[in-house]
Amino acid sequence: MTGTLTTTQMILGRLNWDAFPLHEPIVVATFAAVVLGGIAMIAALSYFRLWGYLWKEWFTSVDHKKIGIMYMVLGLVMFLRGFADAIMMRIQQAWAFNGSEGYLNAHHYDQIFTAHGVIMIFFVAMPFITGLMNYIVPLQIGARDVSFPFLNNFSFWMTAGGAVLVMMSLFVGEFAQTGWLAYPPLSGIDYSPATGVDYYIWALQVAGVGTTLSGINLIATIVKMRAPGMSLMKMPVFTWTSLCANVLIVASFPILTATLVLLSLDRYVGTNFFTNDFGGNPMMYVNLIWIWGHPEVYILILPLFGVFSEVTSTFSGKRLFGYTSMVYATCTIMVLSYLVWLHHFFTMGSGASVNSFFGITTMIISIPTGAKLFNWLFTMYRGKIRFELPMMWTVAFMLTFTIGGMTGVLLAVPPADFVLHNSLFLIAHFHNVIIGGVLFGLFAAINYWWPKAFGFKLNVFWGKVSFWCWNIGFWLAFGPLYVLGLMGVTRRLRVLDDPTLHPWFIVAAIGAAVIACGIGAMLIQFAVSIWKREEYKELSGDPWDGRTLEWATSSPPPDYNFAFTPVVYDGDTWTDMKKHGYQRPLSGYQPIHMPSNTGAGIILAGLATVCGFALIWYIWWLAGLSFVGIVGVAIGHTFNYKRDFYIPQDVVTRTEEERTRILASAGV
Amino acid sequence: MLALPLTACDWVVMNPSGDVAVQQRDLILISTALMLLIVVPVMALIVWFAWRYRSASEAAEKEYDPDWDHSTKLELLIWSAPLLIIIALGALTWVSTHKLDPYRPLDRIDAQTPIDPKVKPLVIQVVALDWKWLFIYPELGIATVNEMAVPTNVPVRFDITASTVMNSFYVPELAGMIYAMPGMKTQLHAVANQPVASTGISANYSGAGFSHMRFAYKALDRAGFEAWAAGVKASGASLSRDVYLKLAKPSEKAPVAYFARSDPKLFDTIVNLCPKPGQRCMSELMHIDRMGGAGKESAHDIGGLQYDMPDSHVIEQSDENKGQETAPDAGHAASGPADHSSHSGADAHAQHR
Repeated sequence: MTGTLTTTQMILGRLNWDAFPLHEPIVVATFAAVVLGGIAMIAALSYFRLWGYLWKEWFTSVDHKKIGIMYMVLGLVMFLRGFADAIMMRIQQAWAFNGSEGYLNAHHYDQIFTAHGVIMIFFVAMPFITGLMNYIVPLQIGARDVSFPFLNNFSFWMTAGGAVLVMMSLFVGEFAQTGWLAYPPLSGIDYSPATGVDYYIWALQVAGVGTTLSGINLIATIVKMRAPGMSLMKMPVFTWTSLCANVLIVASFPILTATLVLLSLDRYVGTNFFTNDFGGNPMMYVNLIWIWGHPEVYILILPLFGVFSEVTSTFSGKRLFGYTSMVYATCTIMVLSYLVWLHHFFTMGSGASVNSFFGITTMIISIPTGAKLFNWLFTMYRGKIRFELPMMWTVAFMLTFTIGGMTGVLLAVPPADFVLHNSLFLIAHFHNVIIGGVLFGLFAAINYWWPKAFGFKLNVFWGKVSFWCWNIGFWLAFGPLYVLGLMGVTRRLRVLDDPTLHPWFIVAAIGAAVIACGIGAMLIQFAVSIWKREEYKELSGDPWDGRTLEWATSSPPPDYNFAFTPVVYDGDTWTDMKKHGYQRPLSGYQPIHMPSNTGAGIILAGLATVCGFALIWYIWWLAGLSFVGIVGVAIGHTFNYKRDFYIPQDVVTRTEEERTRILASAGV
Repeated sequence: MLALPLTACDWVVMNPSGDVAVQQRDLILISTALMLLIVVPVMALIVWFAWRYRSASEAAEKEYDPDWDHSTKLELLIWSAPLLIIIALGALTWVSTHKLDPYRPLDRIDAQTPIDPKVKPLVIQVVALDWKWLFIYPELGIATVNEMAVPTNVPVRFDITASTVMNSFYVPELAGMIYAMPGMKTQLHAVANQPVASTGISANYSGAGFSHMRFAYKALDRAGFEAWAAGVKASGASLSRDVYLKLAKPSEKAPVAYFARSDPKLFDTIVNLCPKPGQRCMSELMHIDRMGGAGKESAHDIGGLQYDMPDSHVIEQSDENKGQETAPDAGHAASGPADHSSHSGADAHAQHR
């Protein structure tokens, strides 16, 4: 950065041929595969003339249902990448014994474990839950869309922009080699001078804007757009947990943003917030990042707690046991999640009283969580439980999560944490709650709401194959990690030297392979179901005898969700309507006021991604230009007056009459 | 495939040889037992209810009650049962966290033997370097790299710091870990109760050479420890600031090295980020600040305040090629390297048991 700049450096910053990892055969092969796959996809899209369709119907769509589906697709794609990282780590650790260095050098391996964490949290779990909330919440509260439909589209594309930056780091430059939370001073400019940490920072900053805005959007939606009669205590539990998760998003993501801003100031302009010298304090970063980081894990799990509540109640054919205590438990967890962050670093040297305080607050969270588990348990009690796929995932969750919760409370005892901190026991614990809680919940949700989104059910056979592979694979992969933690093995090791550990790592690798089968079976499940969609067609719109409003409309729902805004008298609204002999109105349709699609979201997010890329590579002119572009387009968009339109009465009438015909033909 | 070692005896965290680690292990067992009190019944109930109320079962037909969603008694139970467990566990946490606070001097050698409060612990200064460990024994005047010995049944106080980035000092046999951080000093009190040879590690990722950042840990009886210290003394090498600065340069798999003499101020200068000649120490700076600051005229002095350096985390090619260069005076290291290569395993561990 010192001395005179050459013209090339002026134009390309620090980007040059060395940035392309041509010496890494694994990366080159991946790159070749991606390029070939990309060309094939572009060719196919062009051949079938799908670009216009994608642009008009999806990319620029402000329909919460389409945005929700795009989030899920993004999550799925990134999940495959994150899992590829996981498999590579498992193979390396099963291989690098007895003096072998394995097949990954430190430069590569350290990027992989960092990328695995970052991708799984920010670009898999977050898009999945945001997509789910986006799709389901407006339907559950009887709304036509979210409060700010354009913002919704923009949020999605910002998240996607962050994902693009992470993926780009695979082939242009490198990703961070710091662990997923990039603790300084290691992540400072002196100890990580290359582009890795900058990719990390800007990917998270770009995606973070999307996450924060979608949090605001969903809070406004839930607070302001509920159907008449739906008081807060009549909201479906999934909506409640979504509300709490989004409050957490809005209250915690700005902390992440601010922390990363401080880190980037250290890296870009030479400030000393987190450096060793000039009075910087790396411990401050560790505190700040976990003040975001702990609420983050509740952001991930709370909506899934909602899913389990809906599923348990629906498939037990019963009202949810203890709705009120469920709501209070959720809110308690929401508040408490801010009071526990220090348990991530008991070993940083705080005094005993501070450590005990945070240990005990952590344990207290297990009380409302335990209450929730009991509520699901007593919802099953005296029910008629149909073991369809969503319910299978829910029972698997209850069993798996209980173990994960127990090891979590164990880690909250500071002296116990002193011997288990950063060990593979910890790794096993948080995978136990994230896979057993978040992922199992997502699989329950996908199997549960897929028929709503697409109008046909998912194949059961491949779903069960996936279920069993995941459950068996999970314990094979992470059971050994619990043991290895108790054998004193720490995380992020690339090479191991104690031969007695070897068998456990081999079992863990086999477990990962079984999980891979589970993922494969799930993809086959999707493919088979789409292939046989006529056979699995679901005409009633209510395949599971559902209890909440989303099951009151057609599958997939029309653009406007509900021709008439429903009126709510009971928490289990749809069950209540069915019980009282609800008749669909067959006439009296009105034109429906809807938001218009716009390309502003994808353009803004595209510019933000370019801006991030330019900042990563010190291409200052491009950063400036794209930033001016962002401001310009944003201002330009405010002059776009074609923001809304009316779906004409006859279109509504036609759509609804079609549904009447289908319902009649299905004999519902 | 090899038979899995299923006995917990091989799991060092479950079967350590230092009293602090033993107490931490006990805490793990007690807490787990406490939680199992509620976890086992819950898991049993989950399975039982899921089976009993499956649709088409007799119970589901007979007892089905779609509107049953509240019971005050049950609600009280499901909130209070976990609460009671957590009250017990919370009390245990409060007491044990204070008792096992790493900063708190020990009050017992083991469960039966209290410590005479007048006994001063043996001090070992620990420095996490890139990517090796330096141990300074200020009272003995000696220092070692990647090998640490402690006498059994003598309380030990570790003063811990790091040269560049965060690490965590962890000897599973001995006691729980504590972070090693640049510019800061953390402390750990521990005692070894049985002779053992094992491994200590860094338990916090610190960069490219992290995987190999392990050291031989030896708990020796008094005679053995004295012989070991004499062996270190016999190496004749001296750990001056210059030697330290060369040693601190990043290297991987550094061999064990012994130093018969060590600069007594070295550890303080490392903590204060001023081991290099000409660097301003933080303590000095804080003193100046406390006296009201040094004013504008000190602006020229800023070079002496810089500690983090670009590319200071990269192994220099020349160093890598020469190998031994990174551990100066390692040639004197008696039987060091051979020892190091065998420290890894449970094999060494088993021998001493």
